[in-house]
Parts: sequence; C-alpha cells; structure tokens
Amino acid sequence: MTANASIKVLSPTAILGYGFPEKSFAAAMLLNPDVIAVDAGSSDPGPYYLGAGVSFTNRAAVKRDLRIMLTAARERNIPVLVGSAGGCGARPHLDWTVDIVKEIAAEEQLSGRLAVIPADVSKELLVSSMASGRLVALPPGDPASEDDVGSSTYVVAQMGEEPLIAALQAGADVIIAGRCYDPAVFAAVPINCGFDRALALHMGKILECAAIASTPGSGSDCMIGTLDAEGFVLETVNPERVCTISSVAAHTLYEKSDPYRLPGPGGALDLHQTKFEQLENGRVRVTGTRFIPSDDYFVKVEGARPLGFRTVSIAGARGPDFIAKVDEIIAGVRARVEDNFRQMPTGSWELIFRTYGRDGVMGALEPQRDLTPHELGIVIEAIAKTQDDADTICSFARSTMLHFGYPGRVSTAGNLAFPYSPSDFKAGQVYAFSLYHLLKVADPVSPFPFQLVNLEDRA
Amino acid sequence: MTRLIDVASVIRSKNAGPYELTFDIIFQDRFWFEEAKRVNLINSGLICSLYGIEEKDVLDIIAFEPANAIKATIKRPLVSGAIGETDVYGAQQHAPLLSLKFGDD
Repeated sequence: MTANASIKVLSPTAILGYGFPEKSFAAAMLLNPDVIAVDAGSSDPGPYYLGAGVSFTNRAAVKRDLRIMLTAARERNIPVLVGSAGGCGARPHLDWTVDIVKEIAAEEQLSGRLAVIPADVSKELLVSSMASGRLVALPPGDPASEDDVGSSTYVVAQMGEEPLIAALQAGADVIIAGRCYDPAVFAAVPINCGFDRALALHMGKILECAAIASTPGSGSDCMIGTLDAEGFVLETVNPERVCTISSVAAHTLYEKSDPYRLPGPGGALDLHQTKFEQLENGRVRVTGTRFIPSDDYFVKVEGARPLGFRTVSIAGARGPDFIAKVDEIIAGVRARVEDNFRQMPTGSWELIFRTYGRDGVMGALEPQRDLTPHELGIVIEAIAKTQDDADTICSFARSTMLHFGYPGRVSTAGNLAFPYSPSDFKAGQVYAFSLYHLLKVADPVSPFPFQLVNLEDRA
Repeated sequence: MTRLIDVASVIRSKNAGPYELTFDIIFQDRFWFEEAKRVNLINSGLICSLYGIEEKDVLDIIAFEPANAIKATIKRPLVSGAIGETDVYGAQQHAPLLSLKFGDD
C-alpha cells in the first residue's frame, strides 16, 4: 500500500498515434502524474488489421507520441504503460511497437526495464478449451467451431490488469502489452499501490479515450484522472476543454450496450450507485462504482481469418433513366458476369454493387431506399479466392455496367462517370472476424507471461 | 410539436463490439429525458419500424439517468467488417432517429 492518499494517471491521447498538443502534455506533466498510460488499440477498425497483423495507426505518428511520453517518463522515473500495442495487440503488432520503442530508446539514450507482454492465444489451447466448454459464445454471436479457430491468422485475448501488475512488481519501467481490456493500463499502477479496483477500472474506462470525455471532446488531447480512497476526479489540461457531468457520464455510454453494467476480465463494473459531481474549474468527481467479480475468470478472445481478395471500381451516374432502373440494371450486369465466367466455381467469388445516394451507408437498415436521387455513387466490388480472379470479376462487371443497354436508354455512349484512370483498385486481402468469444482461464496472469529486457539493449 | 433534434444534444450510433450497434440519445436537460421516458418515446416497436428489423434483434433499451440518456442496442445486420458491410464503425446509422417527434403528428 502506498503512503500517498491519491494517485494521478495521465492519458495523453485516445489511441497511441492519434496525437496530442505538446502544450497540453507539458501542462499535464506540471501536475506531476504518477504514471502515463495509453490505449493503443480497438477492434473498431474491423477485422483486417488483426487478421493481416498490421497496425491501423501510422508508424511516424506512433513514434512521435511515444517519444514525448517515454522521454518525459524516464526523466521523472514514472512508469509508462501501453495496452493493445499496434492496434490489435497480436505478436506482429507487439513487435512493431517494441521496435519503435527500441528505436526511440537508442535515439534518446533512454535506459530502464522494458516488459513486453504478448496476448496471443494458441490454437491448441482454443481447441482444447472448446472441447471442455471453456470457450463460450458472447451473444448475439454464435458458438465457435474448430474451423473458426483453425482458419484464424491471429487470435488474441484481452488481458486484465493482473499481468501488467506482475510486470510492475518485477520492476518494469515501461510496459508494452498486447491486447488489453482497455481500462487495464490505467488501473494497473493504482491497483498495485492498493487503491480500489472498481474505482481504478472505472477511471480507466473513462481515461482510455482521453479528452473524448470532456467538452468539446477530442480524441487527441490529454486527460488526467486522480484517484483517492473514495473516488476519482477527471480534469483536462487544455483551457479550451472542461469536464462536465454530462460529458463524463455520456462517455460511459460510448460503445457499450448497458451503461450500468460494464463487463470485463474477472467480473463487471456496477454503476447503479455511481455518483457524478461537478467540481470547480471544469473537473468532475466520480464515486460509488462497485466491482462484482464473476465466479470464473473469463477473458475475451478476438480472431480474424482471411476470406480472399478484393478489387473495387468507383463510378457515378447522373442519368435519371439509369438511376430509376438501377436495380434491374444491376441484376442484368450480374447475370452477364455469371454467364461469362461460368467456369469459375459457384461461390468462389462475390460481386457487390453499392449505391451511394440511396442506401450505400445504411444498406439493409435504410428506411428511405425508395427516394430517387438526382445522382448516384456506385462502387462495384468483387471478392474472389485470388487477386487475379477479383480483378477479372470487377473489371468485367465495370465494363458491362458502363455499356449496359436497358429499355428506354437515351445516353448510349456510356452509363457511368469514372473519376479515375485506372478505374479499378486492388484492395488486397479481405478478412473477417472469426472469433469474438469468452475464454475461461485458470488464473488471470499465466496466459500472459511477460519478458523483461533493458531499454538500452540492442536487439 | 417538439422535435427530438431540438431537445437532444447528442444522437449517435456506434458499434458495441462487432455484433452490436448501439444508439445513444442524450437529452439537453432532465425535463426532456423524463418526458421521453414518460411517453416511452424510444421503444422496441419504434426501433423496428425505423430500421426495418424484427423485434428479436432489438437487444436492449436502457435509460441512463446520470447522462439524461436513452440507449437502444440492436443486433448488427452483419458482423462488423463482414462481406457486404456498409459502415465498419457503425457511426452513421443514427439518421432515422433525427426525425422523431414527441406526440402525434
């Protein structure tokens, strides 16, 4: 237990690489934070980044943020924790981030203990867990199959704060962790110092999106949380932003289905008794949040698998007769493509026509599909087992649609306006989420063993 | 006739994990939040008719007092990023809620 009555956590940015004003960071450091923590990831950008093992953030932007955080933290000897490294937190994302950290350490001559915590889950463990009922569906998702596991390129589990605490206790100054429950990097140091788990996690839940919980909100500005024995206080360091009860409470709703019960590794935060109180100077105090442990310890697993390759063509239409008949024209083009490539096995390719200006954004959920726009944006998309096949289907659908004859056609020179030459774009490999399930683990730490190295060591 | 857009400060949609889409309506003040609850403005039948979905796919509707907010969560028509996806983040599915009004037309 720490002798301090309170502990201060700095969250510089909503996602590592999204940036923050240096002025804000300098102002935040004047408040003497005890730890700098940042969430680097999200499953929001979709399955590609996990499946392909690449980051959705930019390397130079991540290096810029990390350089400022690491140099300030090493100078003051306070810990830095990065969760869900590289966006998705699988091995390639982790290696990518550690490489950046090592580069900065060399350039800035930093020293200290670096803990690296992978979050990858082996297929063997997943298969055996499935057999013993320890891999369970997360409704409204379906139960996992062996194929879901077998076809995945990467599978990660969201660690709680416990593996981070294990690394802190081993002497880590800097922690780069694979996939994490978002609040964990903010809560680990306070919990390790003896502060209340529920309050620390709830504070982390708000800090993980940095200044998004202030008003005007921003995902690229600093937020500070100060935790004591009874509650925590949130504040910004940019005078242009304030925390209000509304901005903080509203953030509790964000990306959650039930704001009163926020499940995570080992249990759920219960907000039924939570009180939000406005303090002077644009600060908000939060008290009363409880943590209800679950009987068994579950971690969330995420996996993605490759489906094929994509090619897209972008076009527009302005002719009212074409726009009025677009559904039958699409059906006619599709029939021509199917007929022309009968030798390609059924189901080995897919062809999608997106009609922007009508239902391109909402698809099946669009209630105003029957309105006739004066202009239509069209994206022709082909997905096939190989890039060549996707190129073939897309190209053929594009040229067929361009010159497709339909009853009443007036504009006989071409149906589509293409903004680009070439008109078709190879979008590369396509992935889908294969796993989003709960895995029962025997203990919170052992699935996430850390390695401890020195920042100054060259690989 | 009071329009929702005139008494709400936030009307938004977003993924809640890859299977779910969640809508948040945050009212400007407690009065309109209470009024919305009193008239049961956001209900399962309404969400079904606005989005053309079945009742079983409306997963939850919750009033969250600390934020003067009502939240509705539906099953995504497709798992986020699946083939045919139109909105990977689910951030532009809120528009049908903008035309809601209190009371009958």
